[in-house]
Amino acid sequence: MRPLFPFRIEVRPQPSTSMVIGVSLLAILAAFLVSGLILQAYGMSSVRDYGVVLQETLGSPQGIAEVVRKTIPLLLAGVGLALAFRAQFWNIGAEGQLLAGAVAAAGVALFAPIPAPWLLPCMFVAGFVAGSLWGSLPTLLKVKVGVNEVITSLMMNYMALYSVQWLIYGPWKGKSMRGFAYTDPFPQAAWLPLIPGTRVHWPTLIVGLTLALGITFLLSRTRLGYEVRVLGLNPEAARYAGIDGARVTLLVMLISGGAAGLAGVGEVAGIHHKLLGPTQISLGYGYTAIIVAWLARGNPLAIILTSLLVGFIFASGDVAKVALRIPVQIVEVLNGLILVFLIGSERLLSYRVRWAPASPPSLPRPSTSRPLPPGEGEGGDGGDGTSDLQHTPDVERL
Amino acid sequence: MDPEFWLISTLSRALAFGTPLLWGALGEIYAERAGVINLGVEGMMILGAFFAFAVAQTTGHVGLGLLAAAAVGGVAALLHAFLAVTLRANQYVAGLALTMIGLGLAGLLGRGWEGTPLQQPLLDVSIPWLSSLPLLGPALFTGQSPLTYLGLLLAAILWWVLYHTRWGILLRSCGEAPAAADAAGVNVSLVRYLAVLFGGVMAGVAGGFLSVAYRPSWTEGMTAGMGWIAVAIAIFAAWDPLKAVGGAVLFGACYHLAFRWQGWVVPELLKLMPYALTIVVLALTAVVKERRWRGAPEALGLPYVRGER
Amino acid sequence: MRNITKTFPGVVANDRVTLEVRAGEIHALLGENGAGKTTLMHILYGLYQPDAGEILLQGQPVRIRSPRDAISLGFGLVPQQFLLVHRHTVAENIALGLPGTRFLFPARQVERRVREVAERHGLEIDPRAFIWQLSAGEQQRVEILKALMRGARVLILDEPTGILTPRERESLFRVLRRMAGAGHAIIFITHKLDEVMAIADGITVLRKGRVVATLAKGEADQRSLARLMVGREIAGERPKRQQPPGEAVLTVSNLWARNDRQHPALRGISFSVHQREILGVAGVAGNGQRELIEVLTGLRQPLSGHVEVCGREMTGASPREFFEAGVAHIPEERRRRGIVPGMSVAENLVLRRYREPPFAKGPLLDLHAVTEFAEDAVAAYGIDTTGPRAAAQVLSGGNLQRLILARELSGSPRLLIASHPTHGLDIAATDYIHELLLQQRDQGAALLLISEDLEEILRLADRIMVLYAGEVKDILPVADAEPERIGMMMAGLGRE
Repeated sequence: MRPLFPFRIEVRPQPSTSMVIGVSLLAILAAFLVSGLILQAYGMSSVRDYGVVLQETLGSPQGIAEVVRKTIPLLLAGVGLALAFRAQFWNIGAEGQLLAGAVAAAGVALFAPIPAPWLLPCMFVAGFVAGSLWGSLPTLLKVKVGVNEVITSLMMNYMALYSVQWLIYGPWKGKSMRGFAYTDPFPQAAWLPLIPGTRVHWPTLIVGLTLALGITFLLSRTRLGYEVRVLGLNPEAARYAGIDGARVTLLVMLISGGAAGLAGVGEVAGIHHKLLGPTQISLGYGYTAIIVAWLARGNPLAIILTSLLVGFIFASGDVAKVALRIPVQIVEVLNGLILVFLIGSERLLSYRVRWAPASPPSLPRPSTSRPLPPGEGEGGDGGDGTSDLQHTPDVERL
Repeated sequence: MDPEFWLISTLSRALAFGTPLLWGALGEIYAERAGVINLGVEGMMILGAFFAFAVAQTTGHVGLGLLAAAAVGGVAALLHAFLAVTLRANQYVAGLALTMIGLGLAGLLGRGWEGTPLQQPLLDVSIPWLSSLPLLGPALFTGQSPLTYLGLLLAAILWWVLYHTRWGILLRSCGEAPAAADAAGVNVSLVRYLAVLFGGVMAGVAGGFLSVAYRPSWTEGMTAGMGWIAVAIAIFAAWDPLKAVGGAVLFGACYHLAFRWQGWVVPELLKLMPYALTIVVLALTAVVKERRWRGAPEALGLPYVRGER
Repeated sequence: MRNITKTFPGVVANDRVTLEVRAGEIHALLGENGAGKTTLMHILYGLYQPDAGEILLQGQPVRIRSPRDAISLGFGLVPQQFLLVHRHTVAENIALGLPGTRFLFPARQVERRVREVAERHGLEIDPRAFIWQLSAGEQQRVEILKALMRGARVLILDEPTGILTPRERESLFRVLRRMAGAGHAIIFITHKLDEVMAIADGITVLRKGRVVATLAKGEADQRSLARLMVGREIAGERPKRQQPPGEAVLTVSNLWARNDRQHPALRGISFSVHQREILGVAGVAGNGQRELIEVLTGLRQPLSGHVEVCGREMTGASPREFFEAGVAHIPEERRRRGIVPGMSVAENLVLRRYREPPFAKGPLLDLHAVTEFAEDAVAAYGIDTTGPRAAAQVLSGGNLQRLILARELSGSPRLLIASHPTHGLDIAATDYIHELLLQQRDQGAALLLISEDLEEILRLADRIMVLYAGEVKDILPVADAEPERIGMMMAGLGRE
């Protein structure tokens, strides 16, 4: 509690939802402002320029369809990450899991002798399984041996990336594509139907929305969901309640990896209809999904909104590239800035400024190793009551 | 090909390939020893790579390029320190976010700089007397970049400072028991800021090495995850600067072999090697560690607030 | 220190306390937990500022605004929980922040000085040893050396013997006497009477923030000190017990357990708790209570011994097994261990039983049942909250305790372990909790009540067990318990 006479800053036990949303919006705004400075250097400065971008992105059915198209993988991966983060498992490997799903779908589409009507469902299942498996190694390492999951899941991303490259240059190289690094195009039965007039592969969207609802249901209404939340919020209480942390984490990651895998299926089956270079399949969706999940504070329903927002950012980035020749990397910068401002502002949520001119400046909180004197001994909440995602991974177990 | 020659050439190339990893790992070791984990190394490296190239290309002076790389790494690190130490935000996410920004920014700024090789790259040199030593000479002291030699020297100096000077005690105390350091009058925040700053500078130069000496050119994403591997090496080396040399050489050898075996194995699969090795190394470290000796600094990743003892 | 007064929200920690210590004197600051001893010393060391009163050093008033000031004035504090870096050596720890240390190889320079100072005061220590290699007593010597080498003339030790073996304690006393002989002043915070008698030249007894006595060595004996420390208040109307106790619900035989530092915390404890009785565990914190509770709730594996609940062998069982065997637990740190912050009241209420019907139907939770249960519990226990959906962490301490009680009692437990259940609560909440506990007893449960508040135990318990240094000093019916005797046992003196 620091006195800044005549204000008093005190610990806030639990910020309201509207405060959380408000601060998030402020963070996003700040990120946009800073990006605006960069954009200015590239010649995008006037209101007219911004107007052009907005118009192209949102002002036409095509534009909105593009936004939705970008939203789909973010939605799927984001929902998976939200679940993982809620269990305090830092899955940074969504990018690799997405690619794994894409590979599995491509494999099924190109090589599996499955009759036409079953092909697409099989592709989805294969993609889910592939994503799950790709995410299982970092999970097992953490659960069994205690290896920090951030770096291991990240390494899996790079391994997925080069594996895809190997496939498209090597064994799966398309016979009909001369000189290009793609596989053959998928058979027609493996093409996802689109919303007429757009390029939106709606089945994946349905899957995504279903998954969001499903995980919401899981978290709020099932035993497993309850266990996930307890584990993430207070691991000690979880031990008390007899919750098996290893089992819960594994299950969570199976779903999380699978969700990212589904995103990969959508991309290859709905947009490209072949397996391409990894950076063409995913424009960093796996990493951006982290921001989507963080913005939504781990709430799967909120992911629907936050993935739309970030999808909008991606789509407008494309528009800006075409219309104003702004390099598309600005999107990555903007997303990173949003995350920076988000976590930077989390402190704001923990404190509350009070106008207190009458009372004398309160003394600094004493540092003591003994129990505090009696009185509401435990004081306000020891940590932050803010985001469920505040805790850092357990580095002790490196 | 006789084994001695093979050993020497592998060691020599391993050292060369491992130099950026070494620089990055040394910086990260200091930051983590002070208690702050910096996952922004990848972003700082790539920014360093770009700025080193751009400045060197424009001014014709490689030295200025490297200085610019160091400066950029430092600025990014200050931001990370602000988030981690002052705002006490989640250090893992902060680093990730900075890496995203760094990668994006480097890609943004780097457009148009691709494809042209550097006019005046940093050339390899051999150390005159030492290079004629048997075995060690050709392996370590012949035909390496000055940054490699500097890196090895730094490793020794940093090791010595860490364990045998007053500063070292201060730094390590902030990472192990910030409450004890605070009670002894140490300004824990300041120490952490400086350590993170140092880490950023090292990461920047590591990136600069890539674009100015190693592959004197600029390509988007040219760090290809080396920043992460540097962080892993810091862990693998048990936060000891000298052991980091071993780790860097190990991974350097991995990169070298991946290059060497291109004739026999599919190149893309070879590229997987360093990343797979990272996972293996981390798993081994976790399994083998004896808590007291190999464990991370006890306060790593935890923001310090007086009064929460 | 003269007329020092210090108030925290809700409590007066020090009320016009006056303390005088002379050079060459070992002065004991005696009192129970919460008496205000530590607060007083923290004021002396600059960690708190007094609301009123003054501090005089050799007759001159001084202002101590921070530990730095205190150190420069010659005060040294040996804290109860050491501030040492485990991975570093003794020399490195002492060198940290020590003025005058040189830059290069500071440890070596410090090593020499450490050996000198250590010899002068009889503190044997190897400056090259790592802290984690040292015993608690040796680590304490490092803390003492730290203070001495910063020029301390007045040394404050906060409950120094809690973690020492008897031999280490003797060694410490020898060192302190030597230091006093050399002109240092020593202030010794303790709750242990035998130590006070053994070593103190002067004694100040604090109770509830006030000085109740200042004595010189010859003027005090153990009985009178115990009386002063604990107070003469007889427990108020004790509610009459309805029925005699029944069978043993909990039987503990020869239980040995280690604490987190790998020292023995429980040394062969044996006792039993029966139906329809409350066994109160009296003792100052740190004498094994925490470890005992952890063993009895499945959070700690004992070294040896047996724990039986209703005749079933439960030694080393998991928390879930204990709960399902009918053992409920009200934890000491409500907020940190008792609840899941961020979850609602209702969700917290089912933490132990969410797997069972009616709360769970297969893999699904029956939220309706949970809400209903929560509503009933809120009403039954008078939990002041806006509803079952409200966040649990905004509840006040008293309401949080009601929530925890509701949760734990919902399984109709056979044994209820209550750990400092009314710590930090106001009178109304305290009375409510007491009533509830008595009710449980009358309905047939066995209760194990751990509390530092002797009055509380005397009021509620049917039998009292005194724990000291991991051993049971005595178990006696409350009718036979005189506060003085209990106080003495709590302070380490055997039964007479």
